[in-house]
Amino acid sequence: MPKIIFIDSGNTSRTVDAEVGSTVMENAIRNSIPGIEAECGGACACATCHVYVDEAWLEKTGGPSPMEEDMLDFGFDVRPNSRLSCQIKVTEELDGLVVRTPERQA
Amino acid sequence: MSEPIKTDVLIIGAGPCGLFAVFELGLLDMKAHLVDILDKIGGQCAELYPEKPIYDIPGIPFVTGDGLTKALLEQIKPFGPTFHLQDMVTTIEKIGDPLFRVATEQGKVFETKVVVVAAGGGSFQPKRPPIPGVEAYEEKSVFYAVRQMEKFRGKRVLIVGGGDSALDWTLNLAPIASHLTLLHRRQDFRAAPDSVNKMMALVAEGKIDFVLGQVTELQGKDGQVACAIVRRNDNSVFNIACDAILPFFGLTMKLGPVANWGLSLKDDLIEVETASFETSVPGIFAIGDINTYPGKLKLILCGFHEGALMAQKAHRYVYPDKKLTFQYTTSSTSLQKKLGVA
Repeated sequence: MPKIIFIDSGNTSRTVDAEVGSTVMENAIRNSIPGIEAECGGACACATCHVYVDEAWLEKTGGPSPMEEDMLDFGFDVRPNSRLSCQIKVTEELDGLVVRTPERQA
Repeated sequence: MSEPIKTDVLIIGAGPCGLFAVFELGLLDMKAHLVDILDKIGGQCAELYPEKPIYDIPGIPFVTGDGLTKALLEQIKPFGPTFHLQDMVTTIEKIGDPLFRVATEQGKVFETKVVVVAAGGGSFQPKRPPIPGVEAYEEKSVFYAVRQMEKFRGKRVLIVGGGDSALDWTLNLAPIASHLTLLHRRQDFRAAPDSVNKMMALVAEGKIDFVLGQVTELQGKDGQVACAIVRRNDNSVFNIACDAILPFFGLTMKLGPVANWGLSLKDDLIEVETASFETSVPGIFAIGDINTYPGKLKLILCGFHEGALMAQKAHRYVYPDKKLTFQYTTSSTSLQKKLGVA
């Protein structure tokens, strides 16, 4: 099962097992990862599951879709490697993915 | 104090569960008023996903948030609910057995026999940007809503965001402010194309400034902002001098005043029993996403079920002397009369 590593703003790292086909957000919620709120439940409608994808993984995750980019306007401290974790689908290729959670969501 | 509005039931929240509760209450002859903080009916369906699909409403393979809201409004029309939008219930006071006096932020007062909290994730509130120390400026020189445009006459105004609110207020305040800057993190907007075009025209005429970047820090004193420190996407930093800042970063849900009503809570949710979804206070019910009980699922269909059971118990409070006979809309002439179809 692919592993995802969440690093919070205090640099604490948490590794979780993620099912292929689920979203990065779902794995964060299932494992009570702090710093991911996911108010809308994964509808790409709230920007409270905002993460920074580690630079080394950017190519594999790809960038945000136009709809996701629109929602990111409501995120905070949005950077070029910002994504909404509900829009990143876990694949075997993403085994070892590193994402950082921002200081706050909302 | 204004004359209280008397009602059988006051529903807090006009999302799908609050709306369907009107139906179940109406079949049992109880009239409802609804209070909601949004400027529109539909709760999260209207605010978060009006155009997004819902696939798990029984009997409806596919519907959007907006479609579901419209269908529910049509369904509850025979019961003539009264909506009080852009208002928030602040206090609930028990004055009878049961009778409650409920007051809102806008100064409305209700006297109701039953209260139904159908507040979903709580109340929608403007998102606060992650600018260190922004709290000290709020309501003094940083505003998340415009109540009076005149307040900004002759001022240097900085509007932050790229959605409809940011664009609308840019257009409205451009003739009033002495200088207006719109700050957004990218060239694209999530707003009506017509508003974007009008804004771009004002920029081209030199009437307003449009700047790319994000605010990282505020400078000022005693709550009066003097300038905003802005970081561009290439990490370079510059200042925008301003007298007022209007950040429009959308809405977020906060539990809000629900926490102060003396109801038993667990993890910011209202604890209810599952025979009637009554809270720890007799006469106050909680249905939909805001409640919790063993096995709870935050699904619209569960909120509908909760509303139906709630109405049975509410009937006992509203009509203590009447016996309730269970009837089906399919076969009961009396229910069909209430629905206006018999």
